[in-house]
Amino acid sequence: MAKIVGGITTSHVPAIGRAIAQNLQQDPYWKPFFDGFPPVQKWLDEVKPDVAIVIYNDHGLNFFLDKLPTFAVGAAAQYHNADEGWGIPTLPPFTGDAALSWQLINSLVADEFDITSCQEMLVDHAFSLPLKLLWPEHDSPPLRTIPVCINTVQYPLPSAARCYKLGEAIARAVTSWPEELKVVVIGSGGLSHQLDGERAGFINKAFDLQFMDSLTAAPKWATQYRNEELVEQTGTQGVELLMWLTTRAALPGEVVELHRNYHIPISNTAAGMMLFECR
Amino acid sequence: MTQASGLNVPGTYLFDGDMAMKGYALNKMCFSFNDAANRQAFAADEAGYCWRYGLNDEQSRVVRERDVLGLLAAGGNVYYLAKFAGILGLDVQDLGAAQTGMSKEAFKQMLLEAGK
Repeated sequence: MAKIVGGITTSHVPAIGRAIAQNLQQDPYWKPFFDGFPPVQKWLDEVKPDVAIVIYNDHGLNFFLDKLPTFAVGAAAQYHNADEGWGIPTLPPFTGDAALSWQLINSLVADEFDITSCQEMLVDHAFSLPLKLLWPEHDSPPLRTIPVCINTVQYPLPSAARCYKLGEAIARAVTSWPEELKVVVIGSGGLSHQLDGERAGFINKAFDLQFMDSLTAAPKWATQYRNEELVEQTGTQGVELLMWLTTRAALPGEVVELHRNYHIPISNTAAGMMLFECR
Repeated sequence: MTQASGLNVPGTYLFDGDMAMKGYALNKMCFSFNDAANRQAFAADEAGYCWRYGLNDEQSRVVRERDVLGLLAAGGNVYYLAKFAGILGLDVQDLGAAQTGMSKEAFKQMLLEAGK
């Protein structure tokens, strides 16, 4: 049977891609961020997962407002990165796992999640950068990938409670799959930041740290909040912490936190990272 | 600017259905900037490009004036506007400074202070 071996949550901003392209990992501004990753890279090297389910939010690369799914699951053999408007070098294609994708789609719909399946799906920095950060030595990560996209562009967004249930449903889909696979779940987004409005630049360290603690001590803690309350606490884009919550909910059984990092700021964002292992 | 129900945070706006309808043409134009050829076409003839995407007078004005808060009020969504900002060579600290009325240096210092 397929097994979920752990979860990794991280922030994403386009500037990380530029920093990687310019080899700024040891630059004083970037070092506290990049230094969070080697322990996770080592864990991945030991565990060697076969598949990564990447839970992220699209920033207007694949989806426009003409058709905007709340939850979308990739079902392709390969996923391409593309120019998001800034001319940052694109990354090589990512290998998919169509069989497990369709298991997810079938199982999620049976579980009352009416998701959108995508046989073509461009993946933006929110999908590609975590993989580049986790496998920096590889042009393309050495495992198969499945994108799961959650809408954070246009309200209404799915609630924190709904995202938590999605994570639990992802766990049921994976752990009922007969293939012998090791699956890691990666959540990409947050933590507190706000790009737009007169409150731009808002960061809330206290809430971020409380949220990170909750993922270990009381994972459902954030489900008490409506999205409007999460925006108040974490900024308009801080609501991307829904990706972290979904990821944590997708980890079944006993879960142990192995590593974390938190640094303010990268770009306009409070950058967090956590590694969880399923025992 | 419209507010989704239950949010009353100064300087903070949610992009809801009303805004999505209001800003459709503006956001569609910004979405087109994913393509480098379209970015060049915009740079070559800004007014004509806005007209082809059906922007109204107010949207064309705030594009012309690079008015960040005006772009948001005209229905612009930050994820799509970021592509317009890229054409102008502006990063998110430039945008933050423009919206808060701070200098870029002061805005960056505010971000650093948030980490202390």
